Amino acid sequence: MPQETKRTIPSDLIEATAFELMRRAAIEIPEDFRLGVEAMVDTEAEDLSRFVLESMVENWHAAEEDRRAMCADTGLPRYYVKAGNEAVIGGGFVALERALRRATARATHEIPLRPNRVHPLSRADHNNNVGINAPEIEFSFEPDADWLDITTVHKGGLFGTDYRMLFPGDGKDGIKRFFLDTMMQFGRRGLACQPAIVGIGLGGSKDTSMILGKQAACLRTVGDRHPDPEIAALEVELTELGNNIGMGPMGFVGTSMVVDCHIDVGYTHTGGMPMSVHSFCLSSRRAVARIHPGGEVEYRTDPNWFTPYHRREGIE
Amino acid sequence: MATQKNKLKEVRLSIPVSPEDIAALEIGTVVYLDGVIYTAREGAYKRILEQGIAPPVDLAQLSNVSFHCSPAAARNDDGSYTVGAVTATASFRFSRWLADWFPASGCKVIIGKGGMSAEDYRTHFVPNGAVYLTTVGYGTGALLGRGIKHVRDAHWLDELGIAQALWVFEVENMGPFLVESDLRGNSLFDRDAERINAGVERLYDGLQPPALSRYGETTSREDEVI
Ligand code: SF4
Repeated sequence: MPQETKRTIPSDLIEATAFELMRRAAIEIPEDFRLGVEAMVDTEAEDLSRFVLESMVENWHAAEEDRRAMCADTGLPRYYVKAGNEAVIGGGFVALERALRRATARATHEIPLRPNRVHPLSRADHNNNVGINAPEIEFSFEPDADWLDITTVHKGGLFGTDYRMLFPGDGKDGIKRFFLDTMMQFGRRGLACQPAIVGIGLGGSKDTSMILGKQAACLRTVGDRHPDPEIAALEVELTELGNNIGMGPMGFVGTSMVVDCHIDVGYTHTGGMPMSVHSFCLSSRRAVARIHPGGEVEYRTDPNWFTPYHRREGIE
Repeated sequence: MATQKNKLKEVRLSIPVSPEDIAALEIGTVVYLDGVIYTAREGAYKRILEQGIAPPVDLAQLSNVSFHCSPAAARNDDGSYTVGAVTATASFRFSRWLADWFPASGCKVIIGKGGMSAEDYRTHFVPNGAVYLTTVGYGTGALLGRGIKHVRDAHWLDELGIAQALWVFEVENMGPFLVESDLRGNSLFDRDAERINAGVERLYDGLQPPALSRYGETTSREDEVI
């Protein structure tokens, strides 16, 4: 038993860490995203589009200097939890979920975040971003590890995401067509608050393709490439395609639409090729912490969600 | 990131913005504001224009700049207010109130997100001597929050809640905003969309048609979803 106790990750540490993650996500833009947008400032030839990009960079500095939220729309806060197979959580997974809900409510009051979560029909608002199925908590596991990785994402934007059932015969042309359609319909007037990290979910069942696309947008960093060379090449091709539409931030003429494109896949029905597109906006907010059994907490901005184990293909 | 001098024209205007200043504004100019502005969106529009409830203050006396916005704000224990970040909300939804809004408020500058239609500019803005400024990004909430020096009032907070209340802000060098419509009825978004539309079809050249077309896919690619 003493052995057990020493290894246990207490739920109050989880709550305190989650609270700190909410603050970091709302205020500090992840470095990979900032560098990606700064690189676009250098390549953007259009004055208006470049002005928008420069203003965003200035805005992130202002947010960090003043310790205020980077965008007044603080999005929908949610969590991704990756638990080592040997991790032990004090009070179990129910205690973890309760800790994350408490941290969300407290962060909403204290940072403050905008209380965005309402009941879809009654529009009832608890003023704390907590409610039925909110915040979402998704789980993944990792072999040979005793830590707990908690990622929070504050995903903004009512626009920039779409789903379509494509068919095997549509092939890469179909993927490009749907990608272009989504970029343009939500890029006009900057509804998607682009340039964005665009995530694409390909395959799986319909819901899987939506989940994969969202995770590809929110949980992979700018510059990260899929280990499958064919998928990696398509990521690069779609990034270039998006930046050659002729449109930039706010829908002005320009070449800055896609900071990076990430594709993740799941085995799908032999007759279909479901596809989703997600845009992680100019406020691409994510923050990550690893909690070790000894109580040590390390903060970072790369969720490292898609581990080789997570993308496993065969039977072990 | 190399620091490039931005080549856009920039102006700093005092509120109330004079008819001469408004007439001189050109689309694509960067604007910063000093003075008093207030927020008004569907909650305030409905009360004032549909329910005939008198505005909580004489709006024309107060300012001629109104803002489609809901701040990330909180009421402090001492009755004052803290405003963190400020981000505009999409303006196209408020088109139906424009005809009554301009004469009722004396407003000459509307600030919002994403602009309104060219038709709205021609029919409502130009005849009332008014222009539209758009926020930038649109995630520049921290920069705009910095421009608010004091929250003078939050009217109808109990009736409408934080998002819809009529907030009165004293602002200093608040911006950046971009001139989206001018007194000739030009629109910056429309001007750029025309250039972009000219190249749209070539993007699809050589891509085979989809196996199954989609309900709604017949919409022209030059159309907007709003
Ligand atoms: S989409 Fe992103 S940047 Fe735009 S208003 Fe929403 S949270 Fe802010």
